[in-house]
Amino acid sequence: MISLYARRRLINGFNLSVSLLTMVFGLFWLGWILWTLVALGFQGLNLSLFTQMTPPPGSKGGLLNAIAGSFFMTMTAALVGTPIGILAGTYLAEFGQKGWLAPTTRFINDILLSAPSIVIGLFVYEVYVISIGHFSGWAGSFALALIVIPVVVRTTENMLRLVPNSLREAAAALGAPQWKVIMLVTLRASTTGILTGILLAVARISGETAPLLFTALNNQFWSSNMNQPMANLPVVIFQFAMSPYEDWQKLAWAGALLITFAVLTLNILARAFFRQKSLSH
Amino acid sequence: MKSTPKLFSDTYLKRQHQLDMVFRNTTRFFAFLVFALLAGIVLSLFFGSLPAIKAFGLGFLFSSEWNPVTEKFGALVPVIGTLSTSIIALLIAIPASFGIALFITELSPRWLKRPLGVAVELLAGIPSIIYGMWGLFVFAPAFADHVEPWLTDHLGNTALIGPLFQGPPMGIGMLTAGLILAIMVIPFIASVMRDVFEIVPPMLKESAYGLGATTWEVVWHVVLPYTKIGVAGGIMLGLGRALGETMAVTFVIGNSHELSTSLLMPGNSISSALANEFNEAVGKLYTSALIELGLILFLITFIVLALSKLLLMQLSKREGQQS
Repeated sequence: MISLYARRRLINGFNLSVSLLTMVFGLFWLGWILWTLVALGFQGLNLSLFTQMTPPPGSKGGLLNAIAGSFFMTMTAALVGTPIGILAGTYLAEFGQKGWLAPTTRFINDILLSAPSIVIGLFVYEVYVISIGHFSGWAGSFALALIVIPVVVRTTENMLRLVPNSLREAAAALGAPQWKVIMLVTLRASTTGILTGILLAVARISGETAPLLFTALNNQFWSSNMNQPMANLPVVIFQFAMSPYEDWQKLAWAGALLITFAVLTLNILARAFFRQKSLSH
Repeated sequence: MKSTPKLFSDTYLKRQHQLDMVFRNTTRFFAFLVFALLAGIVLSLFFGSLPAIKAFGLGFLFSSEWNPVTEKFGALVPVIGTLSTSIIALLIAIPASFGIALFITELSPRWLKRPLGVAVELLAGIPSIIYGMWGLFVFAPAFADHVEPWLTDHLGNTALIGPLFQGPPMGIGMLTAGLILAIMVIPFIASVMRDVFEIVPPMLKESAYGLGATTWEVVWHVVLPYTKIGVAGGIMLGLGRALGETMAVTFVIGNSHELSTSLLMPGNSISSALANEFNEAVGKLYTSALIELGLILFLITFIVLALSKLLLMQLSKREGQQS
């Protein structure tokens, strides 16, 4: 019979070791996935990836049209979604003290933040794709913009709330009208934070596949016409990976490596950027 | 006569006042737009699924038939698939996330905390399609070779849960999908847990340590009870994520509309049915049945996420009262 003290120490030691193991468990998957990507993705990584179009099965090609399409749509989505998100976030932070709209919107925004992205795709299909009658780059961008908005709303509101009230009061005391206080003082003071939010939103949408399936679809050729179906990296990866052709799968892995690298770099950049700024204050 | 300075002239002040109103109402309009977005999603999905609702009524939820040729559709298989893969994911992710959050907040040396936090966030940053590809090409074959035969041998004949683990080791299936979902939601649950563990007042923990409690006892008897609402909120958030996850599941679940008791058999989930079939769906009824699936998914995740938000709000309200 072991003493109570020894038993408690034993339980403590055992549980803490399990905790260490779960940490290793988490890192193990991260390591395995990244290693797979590098091992399989590097085979397909070469210059033609960036200079040639997606090929028909059995011939050589690259991912140029898909990379360009993803770039166009991500940029458009960010350009459409960011101003809407910033303005809505400003309302929540600066005018949201009373009334029903602000708390409700805040609540709904947090739900939209984690809402299934495939449903966003369905929504854009229902209201936009059906009415114009065909898939298009615009539809894809709108679906992505709807994912950008909640992220930007959230960060804008959080960042504006960090601005000390004395700044607002000082500006108001100098006779500045409220719109000037917000535009020239509080929003400017939180620029870095908001930029971080935008970067994170871009990182999030550049890997999104589900909302593009029913909106932008895909395009085997070069297209810069946003009114036509548009090639994009995630859907090409999905299609090529699911195909039985080996060279398509190879391209899919190369694309997967590219996209993960881009997304993780954006993530790390955003965090480093934000940390540096907040340290210097 | 001395003129009043420009800044105090009536017209200037009036103009600024008007600009204030314009600014205020513009921001309010966009806030309202976010609010309207949700209503728009629900309404458009509802109208899109009207033909299916009219044709099948409530029976849609309880029928496991899915036959595009005879145009008979039921949501049972995908709904069960979505729920069971998410439950598997939570069964694995909750203890794992708890361990990770515990490690980062209580055990890790200071210099290691940040790198570990970043690593967990990277796991959340990997796009879901990458999880899917890795799951299909790397994880599923390994799982079929090494783990599934063992599961069938050791658990397949036990009394209650036996039927869950019978069947050929194919690699793809509900269990694989659940496992991959678990890896994907661990970062979300773990980071909420870490955040709420950090708000526990140091005084409380130190009093317990002062009474001679071990680290584990402090976590189990002080930190966890103090933060249980927040932890529940984090779990709900993870559940919400798992329910709606599309691409990773689509790759590995097998896309079969057969109802099976075994977790090793292929199944289907709402989101993967949508991803696979929506573009190929012909006929109004087929499309509309898929949209109704989307509506069901949205309503389930809405409830789960709303619950999560309410729990987390309750925690921060209590926090506010105490400080």
